[in-house]
Amino acid sequence: MEFAELIKTPRVDGVVLHRPFLPTVEGTLCLTGHHLILSSRQDNTEELWLLHSNIDAIEKRFIGSLGTIIVKCKDLRIIQLDIPGMEECLNIASSIEALSTLDSVSLMYPFFYRPMFEVIEDGWHLFSPEEAFKDLESMTDEWRLSEVNKDFTVCPSYPSLVTVPKDIDDDTLCKAAAFRHGGRFPVLSYYHKKNGMVMMRAGQPLTGTNGRRCKEDEKLINATLRAGKRGYIIDTRTIAVAQQAKARGGGFEQEANYPQWRRIHKAIERSNILQESLIKLVEACNDQSNSMDRWLSKLEASNWQSHVKEILTTACLAAQCIDRSGASVLVHGTEGTDSTLQVTSLAQIILEPACRTIRGFQALVEREWLQAGHPFQQRCAQSAYSNGKPRSEAPVFLLFLDCVWQILRQFPCSFQFNEHFLITLFEHAYASQFGTFLGNSAAESRVKLKLSRKTVSLWSWVNRPQELERFVNPLYEPNSLVIWPSVAPQSLLLWEGVFLRWNRSTKFLDEAYEEMVHIIEYNKELQNKVNSLRRQLAQLETEDSPLQTP
Amino acid sequence: MFLVAFLSHITSLLRKTVENVRLIDRLTPRKSVVGTLYLSSTHTIFVENSDARRETWVGTETCLRPPTTPSGSPLVIRCKNFQVYQLLLPQEKDCVDIQASLIRLSRPDRYGELFCFSFQPNVDKEEREKAWGFLDLHAEFSRMGIPSNLWHITPANHEYRVCDTYPSELFVPKSASPAVIVGSAKFRSRGRLPVLSYFHRDTSAAVCRSSQPLSGFSARSLEDEQMLQAIMKSNPASEYMYVVDTRPKLNAMANRAAGKGYENEDHYTNIKLHFIGIENIHVMRNSQQKITDVGDMRSPSMGDFLWGLENSGWLKHIKAVLDAGVFIVKAVAEEGVSVLVHCSDGWDRTAQACSVASVLLDPFYRTIRGLMVLIEKDWVSFGHKFSHRYSHLEGDPKEVSPVIDQFLECVWQLMEQFPCAFEFNERFLLQLHTHIHSCQYGNFIGNSQKERRDLRINERTHSVWPHLWENRAEYINPLYRADHSQSKGILRPVTTPYCFKFWKGMYSPAERGVALRQSPSDSLNAVREESQQLEEELSAHQEVPRETDAGQGIHAHTRHMPT
Repeated sequence: MEFAELIKTPRVDGVVLHRPFLPTVEGTLCLTGHHLILSSRQDNTEELWLLHSNIDAIEKRFIGSLGTIIVKCKDLRIIQLDIPGMEECLNIASSIEALSTLDSVSLMYPFFYRPMFEVIEDGWHLFSPEEAFKDLESMTDEWRLSEVNKDFTVCPSYPSLVTVPKDIDDDTLCKAAAFRHGGRFPVLSYYHKKNGMVMMRAGQPLTGTNGRRCKEDEKLINATLRAGKRGYIIDTRTIAVAQQAKARGGGFEQEANYPQWRRIHKAIERSNILQESLIKLVEACNDQSNSMDRWLSKLEASNWQSHVKEILTTACLAAQCIDRSGASVLVHGTEGTDSTLQVTSLAQIILEPACRTIRGFQALVEREWLQAGHPFQQRCAQSAYSNGKPRSEAPVFLLFLDCVWQILRQFPCSFQFNEHFLITLFEHAYASQFGTFLGNSAAESRVKLKLSRKTVSLWSWVNRPQELERFVNPLYEPNSLVIWPSVAPQSLLLWEGVFLRWNRSTKFLDEAYEEMVHIIEYNKELQNKVNSLRRQLAQLETEDSPLQTP
Repeated sequence: MFLVAFLSHITSLLRKTVENVRLIDRLTPRKSVVGTLYLSSTHTIFVENSDARRETWVGTETCLRPPTTPSGSPLVIRCKNFQVYQLLLPQEKDCVDIQASLIRLSRPDRYGELFCFSFQPNVDKEEREKAWGFLDLHAEFSRMGIPSNLWHITPANHEYRVCDTYPSELFVPKSASPAVIVGSAKFRSRGRLPVLSYFHRDTSAAVCRSSQPLSGFSARSLEDEQMLQAIMKSNPASEYMYVVDTRPKLNAMANRAAGKGYENEDHYTNIKLHFIGIENIHVMRNSQQKITDVGDMRSPSMGDFLWGLENSGWLKHIKAVLDAGVFIVKAVAEEGVSVLVHCSDGWDRTAQACSVASVLLDPFYRTIRGLMVLIEKDWVSFGHKFSHRYSHLEGDPKEVSPVIDQFLECVWQLMEQFPCAFEFNERFLLQLHTHIHSCQYGNFIGNSQKERRDLRINERTHSVWPHLWENRAEYINPLYRADHSQSKGILRPVTTPYCFKFWKGMYSPAERGVALRQSPSDSLNAVREESQQLEEELSAHQEVPRETDAGQGIHAHTRHMPT
């Protein structure tokens, strides 16, 4: 298919662009296969380059022959284009609609994007399971890297290499896979160096209504326990939801079959409820006419903050089991690709200082989200303005980032990255020139789409020194401790950087940030000066000393 | 030193000491400690046995005694600054006694029993006098640049003859004759006539304050009308002025039946009447009770918390106060029009509206000294009823209301929006709040200047201002720079509901402790301190970086921003 077929009108003159907090711009609107471009043809005015894939929804309005298109973006921004001429306006609108809802992945921009920078360090090869396993090997010899899934047949959503207990052979893994939702047999998610406890994750066990059991599955997870120790199974669903799952062939671990494990149920909501929550929250944030009472009641009704609290609480629970109770943990929900990953990745942020560095956080996202098979393409197909029937869209990853931001707010000195980094990841998960978040699993992205050959990795760009600088938290002081966030509602805030980003000017907050950077930079400069002076002095003293001593 | 002074205060009053008291850590009960409890009228002191820690708690608000348990008799003390302490006493009898004493001591009948009258810091008479002169309101009015041909100090209130709740020195339009002043005072509730509160030099517009007029349904006073005319004319360029009635219009109308009310626009020429709708002290008292309960909730769900926040109405009230300030600023700074602000008596909502407007208008009030001056001017000198509102003495509970708390919170909300615009940090606001309730210093005792004069506060107690000033290093906001564009000029805050936050530092002190183990502000201050030392070391080696000179220190440095 040619993009040209979809572009009914490639360009219109005299279009006026309205954006939040920026002066209106008049110029020429151009549509290309992947971008909506507004150019004022003046050197000093900023142009608009908007990826079609960033467009969540559009609305048309007409007053006489002047048409207006309201473009609602996945990053929650809303812009307005005034287009003279009804026909042009209709053409533009239908072109944008067609181009922003392309079904075929291979037509996405990352396959066409050529970087304007030299790729020094290829992000596609930075975080391989082999590398992660090398780290693990240096701490323990109780685990092995299995190739049982090398052609993605045992578990289509797992990577080709997974870490499993050393004593468990591939045959056992295959049998356990048959007993777990989506073939997601229990694999290692995190090894806690401090006490050797581990966190595993899986899909739900397929016990069904007649309580099916699987000896291999039991053997597999028992192999992670120390002699005489008990472990915890954290089921991210309520007991009621888990019971209902039995009717559809799913279920949960029966005490009788897993006597060494204690099961705890939490209440993290599922995808469609989260999507509704996001839509309601953004609607509330965008309504400037709210009274205080209405704002607070809409904020409450959206339930977004409740989801944040529940996810963080569950992550803290998992971390506590590991660090405080010295027990190993298995986390799962239904599929093991959403709430499970929120919990396992946040628990690592709490427990593992390395995950709080920029590189470590990238590795975490790679390991616990991309390679772990979070279906990014399905989940991020639509954002808060989607009015179509939701399929499997859900802000699962955005909620994870929100939770990270909450911890960052509470421990502002313990993270190497800043809020801007988290917002950037949110944007790229929904629309990007990079291939990192394309596809739904390692099998799909690595093999079918050949992403690593055909697209550029987000990390290749992020890790360039010029870019990295913008993501560094100036307050960062490496903190080797476990950090326990407060999950009290009094301590959890609305993530303004995302949800109010386009509703109020951040000028004063940006200035404060710059001031903070300035104070720290200046201190560093002074330190360097003083240090070099001290060195000079010491040198002079050693040179002079023979003369001075009588 | 403080403890010694305090213990002698205790001995001079009804005293109570209990040993072997267990102080329960609300978050981690394992960390509880044993010590001795000392009680007095205003403070409760807990001294840990190991002497590693002593804690002073400000005035008891409530004291509850849950049922005795096998491990002892529990006592829950909530202080006026919203701190809550849980104690475990060995003897039930002691527990009952302590509760009774605390309730009795928390509100003495006489001023003389308040702590400030026995608090003896180690300063001599001369220093004490100097301390009371630390803030000079006279100088403050000169700082505003009031043109002497338009405004002057009237001797009318000498010896508080016209109004006993006003300061003796009042700025009025020069064109207002003594007869107009006295006549206007007679037509205003409690004689609180329209006088100058703040003069905005850039536009020559003034913020004036008064109480409501005694207009009823038909009464009028030519003198009062002339007074408003005089105020309007003192701003030569303007053709009208605003009268901002900070009450909801319904309340203002209801007052007419009692012979009070608001200005009749038919009688006053060229005034525009504007109602803001800040609720009365009773509504605010109930609202604060609810917001403290919300802040205090133990592990609530998010829904409970947000519902509680909405149901308390607190943020709505804070928004109303801030909106009042924003309206006044718009009138004064943008339209260049003078404003007369009043409510009923003109000592609560009026003080809030005027002082919020001042903070928005004038960068000086965003400094440590400036905020002190503002509180001294708009609140202390203009007869905000501190002793009634913050129940320093046993009295009518209906007089109690968190009026100045709301002002402090407006400032805090502004600090959240303008992080570089304020010289002080949140700790300073909390410290002010504590001192307003603690009665350790004399500044906030009594209900008017006259009352403090009659109590000889200046001779018998000490002033808190120099004390706060000496400790100002603790209250510095590291992001503040006097030369920053954000610090200069007028603040124009956004007052959309989502801009208002729950003030955790005030209403969830326990949560504040848990969650803010890392304060960016404190670590930045530490960095700045280190930079200063480095600068000193460098200048000792005469190798100061190019743009820095000792006088301007860190701020003179050229910025090195990452791009």
